[in-house]
Amino acid sequence: MLKAIHSKKGLQLCLGLLIGIVFGFLLQKGGATRYDVIIGQLLLQDFTVVKIMLSAVVTGMIGVHFLKSQKMARLHLKSGSFGQNVIGGLIFGVGFGLLGYCPGTVAGAAGEGSLDAIFGGIIGMLIGTGIFAILFPKLQKKILEIGYFGELSLPELLKINEWLVIMIVCAAIIVLLFTIEKAGL
Amino acid sequence: MEWLRLEQWSPYIVGVGIGILSCLSFVLSDHPIGCSTAFVRSSGMIERLFRGTKAEERPYYRQFSPTITWEWMLVVGVIIGSFISAILSGRFGFNWIPAKWEATAGDAVYIRWFVALVGGILLGFGARFAGGCTSGHGISGMLQLAVSGWLAAMCFFIGGIATAMFIFRIVLV
Repeated sequence: MLKAIHSKKGLQLCLGLLIGIVFGFLLQKGGATRYDVIIGQLLLQDFTVVKIMLSAVVTGMIGVHFLKSQKMARLHLKSGSFGQNVIGGLIFGVGFGLLGYCPGTVAGAAGEGSLDAIFGGIIGMLIGTGIFAILFPKLQKKILEIGYFGELSLPELLKINEWLVIMIVCAAIIVLLFTIEKAGL
Repeated sequence: MEWLRLEQWSPYIVGVGIGILSCLSFVLSDHPIGCSTAFVRSSGMIERLFRGTKAEERPYYRQFSPTITWEWMLVVGVIIGSFISAILSGRFGFNWIPAKWEATAGDAVYIRWFVALVGGILLGFGARFAGGCTSGHGISGMLQLAVSGWLAAMCFFIGGIATAMFIFRIVLV
């Protein structure tokens, strides 16, 4: 039955829109669509963004792996490399710090009426992704393939059972969140 | 339904909500939540306006065709969802300069606009370079225990923290 739903193109576009609406609603309610909150996180003064991300990771990690064990979902791991994830990640980080929004929250900030997100952020992102598309053939050979590790997961990397990794990651995140709350951040 | 009108929810409720939404997205759409490919597809659509089908010959647009996809609709949904939430809590309003920026950098619109534009360019470039963003790598990648997701998310924050500290602690002091 799920496969039939996945193959209906029009329905999938509607589901994408619907999931996006709920996602945007939640991001706005959490304050993650506001520059002040995101910059507060990057200045390590306000940990709202980390709290949202890590509680989403704990919930989603348990849920998606359970659904996978019930054959109701399958994973879509992104392949990666050091060249791609480290260099690209750091460039992204500089943009993140300058703009004060990320690609999802910039859309949310636009919906809330933040004009710097529309005329700065979104237009900038269209230019930046366009530049990447132009440079891609050169970057692919020179940088993106450095230290390629493919669609690797943490359990495969550490060679330990998936649920053990999940338990360790959950415990570590919960301890971290408690510490943040205790510190009053 | 008073809770829908609240200005802010607990970050933990929001996070758990996003986690559940991710599960629904895997089950109903066989697709993790992510945002940055929507932007590269849109820039492909814009290039196509000027260069016609020639634009589609770029190797990157052959991988990410300039068409309306699930993820593209998701980003449109994020704009709408945030708009609805902001309207319900009375927080919607056009604003050029965020309060925290104005308090340190002043109220010159063009400076904020320029910095945001440069930031946006690097953000878009870096997201496609890294193969995902704070949603695709950060939330979806980390929850799937993908090495690429954990590595990229760490670098997003290292770069972001260093840049924000540089601007607010050194440049704007």
